[in-house]
Amino acid sequence: MSTSDNILVRARNVHKAFGDIEVLKGIDLDVAAGEVVVILGPSGSGKSTFLRCINHLESVDQGFIEVAGEQIGYHLRKGRLNRMTNREIATQRSRIGMVFQQFNLYPHMTALQNVIEAPIGVHRQNRGEAVRYARELLARVGLAEKVDAYPRQLSGGQQQRVAIARALAIRPRLMLFDEPTSALDPELVGEVLATMRDLANEGLTMIVVTHEIGFAKEAADRVVFMDGGVVVEQGPPSEVLTDPKHPRTRSFLSRFI
Amino acid sequence: MSSTVSIRSDDALRDVKRAHVPFPVTRLALWAFTLAVAFGFAYIVAINPNFGWPVVAEYFFDPTVMQGLWVTLGLTVVAMIIGVALGLILAIARMSNDRLASSLAGLFIWFFRGTPLLVQLIFWYNMSTLFPRISIGITSWNTNDLITPLTAAIIGLALNEAAYMAEIIRGGLLSVDKGQAETAQAFGMTKARALRRIIIPQAMKSIVPPTGNQLISMIKATSLVSVIAMADLLYSVQSIYNRTFEIIPMLMVAVLWYLLITSILNVGQGAIERHYNRGDRGAPDRAKANSTTAAGAADEHV
Repeated sequence: MSTSDNILVRARNVHKAFGDIEVLKGIDLDVAAGEVVVILGPSGSGKSTFLRCINHLESVDQGFIEVAGEQIGYHLRKGRLNRMTNREIATQRSRIGMVFQQFNLYPHMTALQNVIEAPIGVHRQNRGEAVRYARELLARVGLAEKVDAYPRQLSGGQQQRVAIARALAIRPRLMLFDEPTSALDPELVGEVLATMRDLANEGLTMIVVTHEIGFAKEAADRVVFMDGGVVVEQGPPSEVLTDPKHPRTRSFLSRFI
Repeated sequence: MSSTVSIRSDDALRDVKRAHVPFPVTRLALWAFTLAVAFGFAYIVAINPNFGWPVVAEYFFDPTVMQGLWVTLGLTVVAMIIGVALGLILAIARMSNDRLASSLAGLFIWFFRGTPLLVQLIFWYNMSTLFPRISIGITSWNTNDLITPLTAAIIGLALNEAAYMAEIIRGGLLSVDKGQAETAQAFGMTKARALRRIIIPQAMKSIVPPTGNQLISMIKATSLVSVIAMADLLYSVQSIYNRTFEIIPMLMVAVLWYLLITSILNVGQGAIERHYNRGDRGAPDRAKANSTTAAGAADEHV
């Protein structure tokens, strides 16, 4: 964490309010390239909102977020900070993969069509290449036989794995996971976590909001504990999860044991 | 396992697989009654000389009627295409965060839904009494040269249709899960692309049925243009019975043509609805749709 040149994500003093409710109260966070960061915290702690700020699905009220040296949503030119146009923001997002709690697959498209949509439509890849890579990715998440299935024909775990393949298809430099297993039946959680663990081992930079302490323990390089819109405690999982310093972390973790 | 369940002598007889269905006496009686009434009514209509069936047959393919039929179909298609296109723009404007766009769309919809179509048609037809000349920049036209019965009919029908279609399309767009637009956004799609590829295809499921209704209403609404001397199907049968005084037979010609067109449209609507229901649980031709529409939809990419 001390080397600043391979920092991929920099969040500084990030504030966000919805109406009168202040959800983020000054988040500072660095994520290094290749690092897997798991954000834990009680619901309402602002962890999903923070994740959504990273690809500008929510705008930040104060402070800023940078991904790969570029400020999200704004550009600084000669000391003047200008808001980006929608098109520029779209371009910025196009290399950040995101996996949603409710999967959000496009229901009118098959698994394969879901995966090739952004590579062809946004990244202007040629179709043959996009299809070849999509098949490879679907095989990698264990769904080689399901390329022509519509989302409704798949189980929740399979849908989420298609969603992961879809996010990987844009060759992301950063992957955001927003509670990827919270909407799944308990017996389907494992297959999705296994897929995510593989990605973590391959050196993909990942920020994961989850309630799966087990996943944090096994796959995270660093655990960030958020509560009340601030980062309460962070460090390697072996420290934060087994020997939490802060009482709020301790009381949160005690509910999982 | 069989040792733990008890067996009784009539167990084999109780297997529901061998059950008989009671004879549906009431249902058959109702069928017979309904068919009898229907045939009776059809017979009365058929033998009643006042309907003038021979006249109906004689004029069914009359050139004047055919011309009127084409005008009706042409007006319907053109007004509907403009109406849907403009309706889509109005719906998007109405939903946009831009106050100006949404207010203008709201005003348009309010006005064109709030006044009778007949009044709008007469109004367009008599535009020249309000604005004798229309000028854009340095060029100007005599209003009477621009507003013929045909243009008045198209403008009137299309603008009215656009107002209704705008609300139908807006409802359809709102019916799509908000997460879909957000996902498209997160993947770096522009708003236009997200609408075209993700939102509209899903909205079609709830847009198509009411649009079918609108199309059928439109076919009949075109008969209103007969008041501005536009020679549609109704106008042409009227022009014939004004000469021959065979009012009912000529109206029957028009009625049969209107019914025929709407029946064909109903079939078409069913096919379109099945297309947009692909990917739905329990869609009847799912297995087939998997192979055919998957390839078809994928081709749109190129």
